[in-house]
Parts: sequence; C-alpha cells; structure tokens
Amino acid sequence: MANLTLVQAINLALVQEMEKDDRVIILGEDVGLNGGVFRVTEGLHKRFGGDRVVDSPLAESGIIGTSVGLAMAGLRPVPEIQFEGFLGPAYDQICTHAARMRTRTRGALTVPMTIRVPVGGGIHAPELHSDSPESIYTHTPGLKVVMPASPYDAKGLLISAIRDPDPVIYFEPKRIYRAFREEVPEDEYTIPIGKARVVAEGEEMTVISWGASVVQCMSAIEKSDRSIELIDLRTISPIDMETIETSVKKTGRVVIVHEAPKTCGVGAELSARIMEHCFLYLEAPVQRVTGFDTIMPYYKLELEYLPDTERISKAIDEVAVY
Amino acid sequence: MPITKAFTTEIDYVSILDEHGNFDAQLGSDLISNDELVQLYEQMLTSRRFDEVAFKLQRSGRMGTYPQNMGQEATSLGAAFALEPHDWLVPCYRENTGLFHRGLPMEYILLHWMGDERGNQIPRELFMTPLAIPIGTQMLHATGLAWASKYRGESNIACTFFGDGATSEGDFHEAMNFAANLDIPVIFFCQNNHWAISVPGHIQCSAPTVAQRGVAYGMDCVQCDGNDIFAVTKVVKDAAQRARDNNRPTFIEAVTYRLGDHTTADDARRYRDEEEVEMWKTRDPMIRMRDHLKSLNLWNDSKEAAATEKAETLVAEAVKRAEEIAEQPVSEIFDSMYNTIDDPEMIRQRQTMRTSSIGQDPTQVESTEQVN
Repeated sequence: MANLTLVQAINLALVQEMEKDDRVIILGEDVGLNGGVFRVTEGLHKRFGGDRVVDSPLAESGIIGTSVGLAMAGLRPVPEIQFEGFLGPAYDQICTHAARMRTRTRGALTVPMTIRVPVGGGIHAPELHSDSPESIYTHTPGLKVVMPASPYDAKGLLISAIRDPDPVIYFEPKRIYRAFREEVPEDEYTIPIGKARVVAEGEEMTVISWGASVVQCMSAIEKSDRSIELIDLRTISPIDMETIETSVKKTGRVVIVHEAPKTCGVGAELSARIMEHCFLYLEAPVQRVTGFDTIMPYYKLELEYLPDTERISKAIDEVAVY
Repeated sequence: MPITKAFTTEIDYVSILDEHGNFDAQLGSDLISNDELVQLYEQMLTSRRFDEVAFKLQRSGRMGTYPQNMGQEATSLGAAFALEPHDWLVPCYRENTGLFHRGLPMEYILLHWMGDERGNQIPRELFMTPLAIPIGTQMLHATGLAWASKYRGESNIACTFFGDGATSEGDFHEAMNFAANLDIPVIFFCQNNHWAISVPGHIQCSAPTVAQRGVAYGMDCVQCDGNDIFAVTKVVKDAAQRARDNNRPTFIEAVTYRLGDHTTADDARRYRDEEEVEMWKTRDPMIRMRDHLKSLNLWNDSKEAAATEKAETLVAEAVKRAEEIAEQPVSEIFDSMYNTIDDPEMIRQRQTMRTSSIGQDPTQVESTEQVN
C-alpha cells in the first residue's frame, strides 16, 4: 500500500501491466525519455526500453492509426495523446476505424487499445489544453469512455481498460493529477468498466459527476447540511444506470455536474435516461451544472466557466426546495 | 532493359554570414542596407529582451506557460523583412521577432500567454493570423489565404511558419500538395530547431534534409542557415518572387536551434546534452550579427548599451500595457461566439452566469430565490 497521486497510480498500473504482458506497448509524443509532459510515463522508457515505450513522430492521426494496426495484430497498445485539444487529427482514426472495426468485420478484427488523454481545465494552461470532449466519444458507438476521479480508481480502471478487448478512451483529469494522494495497493486489482462509485451516501438528493468535478461536488456537499448522495460515474460509456436508478428512486432529486458545455453534454443523456427510468420517482426537474455553451475561454476566465462550488451549491439548494 | 534514373535532385544550402564571421559579399551585397542591418539587430535585441522578461513573468506567476524564442530570432525576422507589409504571416508560436517587425505591439503576445484572447485580436492591416497552438494545422490556412489572393488577382502572398515536428502531421502534407498542384503563391517556412519538445529531429524526418520533403510535391525547396539573417532574407526573397511571378510555392528549411526549453513547463536537461546546447550557443544569430556590424564599423559597445536600454524600456512598457489592460467582462465569452447571439438558451446562460447554476428554466424554480 502506498500513498499515491493520480499520476503515480497511473504510472504504477502501466508498469504492472507491462511487466505482466509483453503485448502492452506505449507510444506517443514525448512519452519516452521525457516521461510524458505530465510525467505519467516517467521511468518506463528506462525500464522497458525504446521498443515498448516509443517516442513517436508528432502526428496524432499516426499515433492512433498505427495503434489500430498494432491492436488488430494482437498487441495491446496504450497510445497517449498529449492533450485533449490535440485529439482532432486523431478523430478520424478513433471514430472511423477503431470504434467500427469489430462491427464491420463481424469480430474478425478487433482493436483492444487504450487511448490515454489528459482532459479538462483549471490548470492555467494555454489554449486547447483545457477542454472536455468526453461527450463526442460517448456519442460514438463502439468506444468505451472512462474518467477516474481518484488515484485508487485510476489504477484499477486503467488495468481494466488495457485488458478490455475493445477500444477505451481513458481520460485523465489533469486538474487532479497531483491534487491529493490516496492509499493505492501495490497488488493488482481492477475496477470494472461500466460501474459507478457511490462516493457518499445520502437520502435527499443525488449528485452525479465524474473527473475533476467530483472534487467540487464533494466540497459543495460538505458545505450543505442536507443528506446528499454523490455518484462518481467513473465510466461515462457505458453508463451504470443500475447505480443511478437505485439512487434516484431513493432520493427523487438529481443534480448533474460536468465541465463540458451544457448542450449535448453527457448530462443531457443522463437526464433523459433518468426520465426514462425514474420519472414517477422524481420530485424536481433534473438540474445540470455545467460549462457554458461557449468555447472554453483562455485561462484568465476559465474559473468563470468551470462549475464551481458556489454554482453547485446553488443547484443543490434549488433542487432541494423545489 | 537497363535501369535508368527516373529522377534525381539536389538541395541547395544557402549560407551568407556564418558563425565564424565569413561573409559572402557576392550573395549578400544588395540584400540588406547598413541602416536596415542596424534596425534588424536592434529588433533582435528587443525580442531577446522580451523573451527574458516573459520567462521571468511566468516564473513569478504573472503569466502562464510561455515558449521562449531564444536562438531563433533570425528566422522569422529575416522572413518578415524580406516580405511586403501586406503579405500574410501565418505563424506557429516561436516567431515573435518577425511579428514585432511587422508591427505587432508586443503586448499582444504577452496577453496571449496571459490567458487573454485579446492578444489574438490582431489589427487586420497587419496581415497576420494569431499564434497557432495545435501543431501543423496553420499551413493549410496560409494556403487558403494565398489562394484567395490569387483568385482576386491581388499581389500579396502568404508565408507560414512551423517547426520540424509539424512536418510529421498530415495537414502539413495536405497543404504542400494543395499549394503545389493548384499553383498557390505560398511560402512554407520550416524552422528546423532540432527538437519537438523532447523528440529529436530524426524521429520526424529520417531523410538528410527536411527541405527535400518539398521535392516529392514538385515544388522548389531550399535549405538555409536559419541563424544567418542574410541567408534567410535571400531565400525568402527568392521564394516571394517565385510566388508573385508564377504562383509557385516554395518549401524553405531554415536550420536553427531552440536554445531554451520548449516552454516554461518543460525542462530540456532531461533529454538533451548540454554540449549540444553549448555548441549552438556559439551559432547564436545575434552574436554573428553584432560582430558583423562591428566589422562594418556600424556598432560599438556604447551603441550596444544604448540599444539594450531602449529595448528594456520598450519591453517594460509593453508589460505595463498588458498588465494594466481593462478587465474583460465575463460575458465576453458569449459575446464573441457568433456574429449575433440569437439562441434564447445562450442568452439566458449569458444573463445568469453568476446568478444561476444554469440548469433550470427560471419558470421551473419559482419556488426558490436566485442565490448569488
């Protein structure tokens, strides 16, 4: 058991999976000698060599496209895209190919790869280093989308992602890369993809979030004297409706929090599903606290854009008294 | 049948003022007047000072991440000098010197890295696009800008800047292919500074020169000493003429070196040898420029001191303008989204940014007070 940051937990998961399975290889920009710009792959180049930890040419489509090939050949590539804002050139390979390969070949070829991508705002980064594009990939059938909110989950989810027989986008909320530490077992363990985590139990209301926003939600809940249940989605696709349904049928009130823009954000899908599954149990309209429907602003205004504790608390109050 | 050569080629390397002070008078004689030479050196001095100050601003928490330009001043400066004021400059993010030469007030670059979009609100008459953060995407825009000029029968061309890493991106190749095949008057200016963050040039291009990538697209290409302002000026002037006269693109590889870290978030000591950096410091474009000016009796220590003091003042004034700019209204993030905002949902979000959690329609929350 060690007290690790989220970055260290991811690194540990990579080390252990690479030791266990020589099909696992890492490729991306600056992942080798430099250990990644966030140092997530620190030490791996030295430990596993340049054939397994590959500094690639600067080409995101190339990184994902070759990973599709590596995966179809039976390897377990773990490509890194340096920031979510640079997923653009790789979109074609992810959505046009990786997501569809199993279906269009009726299972003859599959793409068991895990795309690691730092995601989200709040770190004073330059343009295109702070976006939250998870709904784009959630809206793409054939992909699984994961976003841990704690070091413990980060390790277990990454191991599951690497072992998963289908393509997984593993978003890493960079705002909490080093924000706090948590006990993370040395031994291997997995967190199943598709299972949410009930962070705090409560009776009056359900708050649903994922990634760095979970931390804001926890602080809003601590400030409230209401009994609030907090669900960390952990996996965004597929959505764990069982956990959500159980909670909402108990509380009857829901607040959904995410950094991404509101319109067609994952919160919209959650809200619709809650209507489909729990309509007769609802005591109030489902409330969303999200980024605005604007371009993610440069960092001077980013904290105005990101859902903060005050906005979350306000939603909690509004929904509670409805 | 014997095997014959389908195609052979050679790549020219242009050097006029080398790091030992050797000057090719034949190639260099009419390129830059003495007065211009002094001005260009003063601009390099100002840009280098800007770089130092920007670095300190980041370190002291007054600015976000910043990519130093140190060592690469001659590339964009020579290019901007060689072009006409109405030619488009389509930069990456290490072309401060050329942008300042064109007339961009220095506070624009500061504002950009201070996380303020107004640093990109560049006056149209400067004919430049904002810094391009994603790698290798802007060459297509330069191709489109130059294409529009050709379509309208106008004389301006475009010059786009990017690094060696960017030549790995697909968009780079698409831009080169469009420009060559559709006869677009654009200049592709590669600042080969040897490092894409931590990744060395041979991972991006295993051919002997990056310049020869242009050969495959059927365009003229040339390699030059990127730390030699004479060489850069010459190859860009030649390329501009080719573009203006015949609508033909050119690919230029300017060989230079990133003396600093990739950005303030990087530590280059992790991945490159100090000896390599020290060797390139001897090829610093400013050293050879200053020595050359001295050899022409155009420069001395007192002029250096005066110019340094002037540079310090200019940069300090720019920092002051950037730091004292009026605060942006928060609603600005909506106001610049579209020509007009017609969507009632966006209007509501704009009006209630800080007074609402934004989720519910106000008519559904009549039972609650709006909480600040």
